[in-house]
Amino acid sequence: MTDLRYEAPATADAAIALLAKATGTTRILAGGTDVLVQLHADMIEPELVVDIKRIPGLNGISREAGGWRFGATATGIELMDHEGFSKAWPGIIDGVKLIGSMQVKGRATVAGNLCNASPAADSVPPLMSSGVIATVVGPNGKRDIPVSDVCTGPGKTSLAKGEIVTSFFVPDAPPHSGSAYLRFTPRTEMDIAVVGVSVNITLDASGTCTAATMALGAVAEKPILVPDAAKALVGTKVDEAALDKLAAVASAACRPIDDKRGTKIFRIKVAGVLAKRTAAIALQRAKGGAK
Amino acid sequence: MARHHVNCTINGDHVDYLCDTSQSLLDVLRDELELTGTKEGCATGDCGACSVIVDGVLVCSCLAMGAEMNGKSIETVEGMASGNELHPLQRHFIDKIALQCGICTPGLLMASRKLLERNPDPSEEEIRFWLAGNLCRCTGYNNIVDAVKAAAAEMRGA
Repeated sequence: MTDLRYEAPATADAAIALLAKATGTTRILAGGTDVLVQLHADMIEPELVVDIKRIPGLNGISREAGGWRFGATATGIELMDHEGFSKAWPGIIDGVKLIGSMQVKGRATVAGNLCNASPAADSVPPLMSSGVIATVVGPNGKRDIPVSDVCTGPGKTSLAKGEIVTSFFVPDAPPHSGSAYLRFTPRTEMDIAVVGVSVNITLDASGTCTAATMALGAVAEKPILVPDAAKALVGTKVDEAALDKLAAVASAACRPIDDKRGTKIFRIKVAGVLAKRTAAIALQRAKGGAK
Repeated sequence: MARHHVNCTINGDHVDYLCDTSQSLLDVLRDELELTGTKEGCATGDCGACSVIVDGVLVCSCLAMGAEMNGKSIETVEGMASGNELHPLQRHFIDKIALQCGICTPGLLMASRKLLERNPDPSEEEIRFWLAGNLCRCTGYNNIVDAVKAAAAEMRGA
């Protein structure tokens, strides 16, 4: 990395221009918890690193009409410490809390977790099952896309050259909604998901499920939405039979690989087990329970 | 290679330094500023030996670039004692024999200090989860947890 250039532009337009003009490999630097590791290991040799933390407007967590918006440089700890956001979106916070140590969460961002495009990224399934929209700006202007359209494979995204995720919009959930994310790892902390499951549930006043979404991590080439989750839960009281159906749907959606962290068969089985456990927590939260 | 001129504050003192793009904050602290209290363990953000506090946030200095630090306030283990008076955490780490080789100790002290700022009375579980990003291969952690508890009690005046 002999010719590595570091730039910290003051506007998103300047950042886009730098990235669009570069001919070699580039990296956007937010928290840096993936980029610095890749640099150190000589996995990447970029010509340009663009630090986006000096760009006003890319930070912070705020309310806007119909939902929450948080910036691309909002760190894990900022999200966890934000009382309003963490109360409204416990499922997203479940995922954020599992990203590395306190030290890592002090720097790491959700935007980085998404754009690093690991199939096992812990914050991505909850963003997907919560219908979160990524705002992307680039040389051809601004577009809003579902988070589920960003990651296309291990380390790959749908973002074009020069495009940057600038913020996320989290649309408000209806009343009686709950969300949760669980993952399986051999260790309790500091580990990479073998399977991750995120579930969002909405109930009506009588406790019948009216909407349900589920996303899975680490069981495919990218985090995936499981549309059949709604078929398993909607119209039920999210009882044991419905949860068994959800488990079957989760396992059926998996297309994992064998690797050192888990075999295919294990991941498929665990996805079902975790789907039930995650849905049970989301249900409690939808009913207004603490957990 | 481009050299970056950075102005920042370290342990309350104004510092300016020159660094290469390839140098992490950890490299700058140790190699440019001779603040060798902060240790390098894994250099990939797993072990926490390089923990410092930047603008009030606990981070791994191996995962931050030196070039990023313009205008930042950085706290390292060198700033923990007041003159010859050790910080309560430092004293209790010694009293409880919460170290052996000492490589992890500066990072554990910084992480523990941040924990006690946020939560003056953490449970054992809270201490263990907070310190999950700091690896120690000598002590088995029990003495570290005891030292943090004892320091917390003293700092609360309990």
